[in-house]
Amino acid sequence: MIGLNLVYAVAGVFFAACALLGAVDRRWANALFHALLALSFFAGDAIGDLGNGVLVLALVATATSGRMRRGEPEAASEPHGPLLALALVIPAAALGGTLLFKRLPTLIDSQQATLVALTLGVLVALALGHWLLRAPPLAGVRAGRRLLDEIGWAAIMPQLLASLGAVFALAGVGDVVGGLVGGAIPAGSVLGAAVAYGLGMALFTIVMGNAFAAFPVMAAAVGMPLLVRQYGGDPAAVAAIGMLAGFCGTLLTPMAANFNIVPAALLELRNRYGVIRAQAATALPLLLFNVLLLWWVIR
Amino acid sequence: MLVLAGVAVIALGFLLRFNPLLVIVVAAAVTGLAAGLDPLAVLAKFGHAFNQSRYVTAIYMVLPVIGLLERAGLQERARGLVGGLRGLTVGRLLAGYLLFRQLSAALGLNAVAGPAQTVRPLVAPMAEAAAARQGEEDGEPIRALAAATDNIGLFFGEDIFIAIGSILLMRGVLEGYGVRVEPFQLSVWAIPTAIAAFLVHGARLWWLDRRLRRRTR
Repeated sequence: MIGLNLVYAVAGVFFAACALLGAVDRRWANALFHALLALSFFAGDAIGDLGNGVLVLALVATATSGRMRRGEPEAASEPHGPLLALALVIPAAALGGTLLFKRLPTLIDSQQATLVALTLGVLVALALGHWLLRAPPLAGVRAGRRLLDEIGWAAIMPQLLASLGAVFALAGVGDVVGGLVGGAIPAGSVLGAAVAYGLGMALFTIVMGNAFAAFPVMAAAVGMPLLVRQYGGDPAAVAAIGMLAGFCGTLLTPMAANFNIVPAALLELRNRYGVIRAQAATALPLLLFNVLLLWWVIR
Repeated sequence: MLVLAGVAVIALGFLLRFNPLLVIVVAAAVTGLAAGLDPLAVLAKFGHAFNQSRYVTAIYMVLPVIGLLERAGLQERARGLVGGLRGLTVGRLLAGYLLFRQLSAALGLNAVAGPAQTVRPLVAPMAEAAAARQGEEDGEPIRALAAATDNIGLFFGEDIFIAIGSILLMRGVLEGYGVRVEPFQLSVWAIPTAIAAFLVHGARLWWLDRRLRRRTR
């Protein structure tokens, strides 16, 4: 069945090509970083958990050595060719493929339909682009390597944070935080409980970078025992609004690197926290809205 | 209480602007030590989770396509698109994109747009061009706002879709307490916040247009 295997193979080929091109250009640290990434995508399932752990340490050592160089800028030519149409190939393939592949569950893993469709869209767009723009064969990979170098070490930060979350879970960090928040609520106050639950979701999401990690903890500490059982709130509303309060936290934290740090690198912002700064004035009023909505629903 | 030492490492590390990758690895090690776990077990857990979350990093495979099109002048073309639409302001452009992102995410189409797929090649250059016409010379905050708008549209649209991961998670957790809810009941409760998000962020965008208009006058 076609699923993540295809996705990881294509990504692995891209990283391996970046490593080779980097070696040709004598950008050794960048080449090593990309070679380790390619190894992870090709052989991650074969080298065992400890092997992956060592691989991560090698990636981090390379990234923090200070020897990785930024991508070199390349002047764009005068616009030529059907560029906007080509730019829409990937989104269109992701959309069409998702709808189509869900109907082919024996051929394509329906859990991964969107990622598979996106991957095929990339291959089609790359082939069409080279053909219609009459670009030299390696032009796409070369330009992609330059962009990846622009993102630099931030590229693996989202994956590292997911791993940190797993260690937090193993060590029981969530239970401790849940106990602290649960103990801070004044007895008998619906508003107090709603505030503790909503702010707790946001704060714990800021720490973990992920509302998914915060939800089970806050549900256990405040959501279920107080808001639902004691004050009779609708469990569906308590769960859904709590999750959205957590999303407000996601907008405020560098721990949510794929949403907040990687785009800052991709858009070549001078301030690493520029995206978070742009989001704060929306996230904070929205967090207040969610807490009040929660209070209104339960009251 | 001791296991919170890792959280303190994260907070301090980010605040003092150490390399975030180093901060994350040290935080994991400190947390493991504080919980009395075997260091090798922590390393194995870390490696396992890293391997399981590769799909996050796989998205960079779009970069060759974006790079190829940018080399051929895509950003310039996107800027030119704004030139043809006289009434298009940065605020209206981003509000329109916000609505598109919320609606497409509500239909489960998360990967249709994103920082690499749409913001860098299309939305950010268009927003910059529109803002420049309104007299804003510094493109950096405008690009940051374009990325912010993409995130806000995604976050406060996707929970309306019934088959998204967070809905399944909430359902699973509630089931653990013996409470059965249908995905539809959860997604309905995402609608008020989705509307509030559009109003709050839309008001900020409207305010931006107004500020630019007053400054040039």
